[in-house]
Amino acid sequence: MSRIGYRRLVAVALVAGIGLTGAACSSSKNDDSGSKTSSASAGTPLDPKTKVTISVDCEPPTTKKAERKEWIDDVAAFNKIYPNVTVKSKDAFPCEDPAKFTAQLQAGTQTDTFYTYYTDLEQVLDAGQAADISDYVNAKTIPNLAGIDPSVLDVLKDGGKLYGLPTANYKMGLIYNRKIFQEAGLDPNSPPTTWDEVRQDAKVISDKLGSKGITGYMDNSGGNQGGWHLVSEMNGVGVHAVSDDGTKATFDTPETKQVLQTLHDMRWTDKSMPANPGVQWGDVQKAMGTGKIGMYVGAPDDVTLEVQQYHADYKDLGMGPIPGGKIALMGGNDYMFKKSDSPDQIKAGIAWINFKYLTLGKGQFNYPRTKADGLPVGLPEPFFFTGAAKDQDNTLKAASATIPVDNFKAYTGVDTPVLAEPPNAQKVYTVLDTVMSGVLTNKGADIDKLLKTATDQVNQLLAASS
Amino acid sequence: MAATTVPENTTKRHAGRPAGPDRRGERRGLSRKVSANLQAYGFLVGAVICFLAFSWYPMVREFIMSFQDKKRGVTSWVGMKNLDRVYHDPFFWTAWKNTAEYTGYALVIGFALPFFVAIILNELRHAQAYLRILVYLPVMLPPVAGGLLFKYFYDPDYGLFDHILKTLHLPTSQWLDSSHTAMISVVIAATWMSMGSATLIYLAALQNIPGELYEAADLDGAGLWSKIWHVTIPQTRMVLSLMLLMQIVATMQEFTNVFVLAGGNGPENSTMTVVYMIYQYGFRYNNLGSAAALGLFLLLVLVVFSGVYTRLSRTSEQDG
Repeated sequence: MSRIGYRRLVAVALVAGIGLTGAACSSSKNDDSGSKTSSASAGTPLDPKTKVTISVDCEPPTTKKAERKEWIDDVAAFNKIYPNVTVKSKDAFPCEDPAKFTAQLQAGTQTDTFYTYYTDLEQVLDAGQAADISDYVNAKTIPNLAGIDPSVLDVLKDGGKLYGLPTANYKMGLIYNRKIFQEAGLDPNSPPTTWDEVRQDAKVISDKLGSKGITGYMDNSGGNQGGWHLVSEMNGVGVHAVSDDGTKATFDTPETKQVLQTLHDMRWTDKSMPANPGVQWGDVQKAMGTGKIGMYVGAPDDVTLEVQQYHADYKDLGMGPIPGGKIALMGGNDYMFKKSDSPDQIKAGIAWINFKYLTLGKGQFNYPRTKADGLPVGLPEPFFFTGAAKDQDNTLKAASATIPVDNFKAYTGVDTPVLAEPPNAQKVYTVLDTVMSGVLTNKGADIDKLLKTATDQVNQLLAASS
Repeated sequence: MAATTVPENTTKRHAGRPAGPDRRGERRGLSRKVSANLQAYGFLVGAVICFLAFSWYPMVREFIMSFQDKKRGVTSWVGMKNLDRVYHDPFFWTAWKNTAEYTGYALVIGFALPFFVAIILNELRHAQAYLRILVYLPVMLPPVAGGLLFKYFYDPDYGLFDHILKTLHLPTSQWLDSSHTAMISVVIAATWMSMGSATLIYLAALQNIPGELYEAADLDGAGLWSKIWHVTIPQTRMVLSLMLLMQIVATMQEFTNVFVLAGGNGPENSTMTVVYMIYQYGFRYNNLGSAAALGLFLLLVLVVFSGVYTRLSRTSEQDG
């Protein structure tokens, strides 16, 4: 072969190599992403003649057979109404892995309709990945819109524009083991509602059942879980972690000190807490699921995890309101829509979310089906509906309940005002981890000093973030 | 012959450098070499592209990102703002102190222990092969599995270690649940999981020491410690130096063990290392610019150690 021939060959090989690498790295484009011409009619339902394909994440994995079957059935039922929409499901468990999600946002490889937590909005907007759906959402596209709690929709708004639709939410409360309460001689129908009562009951449990390795109460101290729990607990006694404008720490108050002093006394004086506080998510859930603790502060979806993963029994678990009962920290998840979606893809995504998550009697609210599939009915979430929609949901849920709904009466029966997570939540939690771990792992902890240092540090972080 | 084909002015312009005909000859030689090894270069292309794409590009990108910020989908240059932000982070010095502490513990425990285990293995006449496998086995355990195993061992309520201490009527420890003991607990677990590799490297170095040196030492009446001090250590000095530097560079990048064992920051942020802080900036605070800036700080420190390592490696090759 001539020299020129070799050069050509090398050039072709290089180009092919680069091309292949590029192909491997790039994401595939949607083949039929719908018409871009219909943006003017954003508020109207999807034109049934338009063929649209949307990718949607959070399909349950094959290991969750019943949930997977329900998803597939729902897609088929949705396609009877919208035969022009192809739903490309992407399975995921958990639905969002924060580290992976951040990477996907940076690369723009999330699905067209993508799952997020309420706290993700800022991140998604900064990544330039969220479509403004304000013009698309109305009583025609979401018939139950008026029934959705406005404070939940506010969490998904920025500058008055709506960027997501809620699919589930929770407020923090006190999860407790009714069986342990009964064994300790406590009334399982009256969970504690103040920190003094929590301390008293925790001591009774530890004193009576400590020989069996059971302690009264447990809390987190690391992995940002300690900070998250402390914010829940300070909310419960009426304290906001950060000022409303997100510029200053506001948690160094006598009420917060009192909560921390109670936790310290439970750990070191009463010894009604285990020697090892939870350092990451899952530690306290495991302790509750395996019947090692009497109480902890948590959200209702923990109960399902404890039953499914640690074989706890629904009849043994119950929930009460957050101790203090003044404010309950709220959280949850939703779906957003990729900024590069065409108007028809956004419309199709909204139609799917409406069918699967926001229509009473359908999708996640198809309680008779959930019951027939052996999945629990009766847990107190999602609870983003208000007024007539809420009443109707409660009636439907009660009719198919498979778990003792009364176990959660103390939690659902109290209308505690909710508060979203503070601005720069994760940074605040990192700092407050130190306070929680100081109290739970150091007998000589100086609570005043811990709170003062944490206040300085949070102020420093908030100033640097602005 | 080739000299006649080179224009005169070319030769003049490059006076003092190799003359034109020679360079042309070189080029031909190079072409021949390329032609002869074309298949090899073809195989190399993929590797080089992957290396550029997955090793160098991320490094260059990280450097650029450390001076950028992304808000509302718009990336802008922010100069030193990210570096300033991470430098003024209340945990900046905590993370460096913890990283130094981890490295210090790792050198005291993780550097010395494999060397002494290697000396013991080298002295054994029986079952050395089996013991070598036994020492190396923990390395084969995935780090996360090893971390979870030790988490059980450290549990103050039902863990193995406190159970042993209680049985011996000794005071128990909070291990990972106290800011005083969390970091050393992580180092102990990490040492157990990784010392097999270092032990085998030291063992190889020890087995290369000429037996005559020990025989001479025996004749001079040297005891065990004397032989270690005057023969073993000087003979393995270069391997020890290189391993020391490699260990400093590796331990300064510690993440997995503190993440698995201590949930990342640990009690009172006592295990928050620099790399864990980078992870927090990137994936908890969603601020990739600041994560990259902190990475840059770490890079600068590691470059110093790597420079020393490279120099020592060269010296080692020359000695070898």
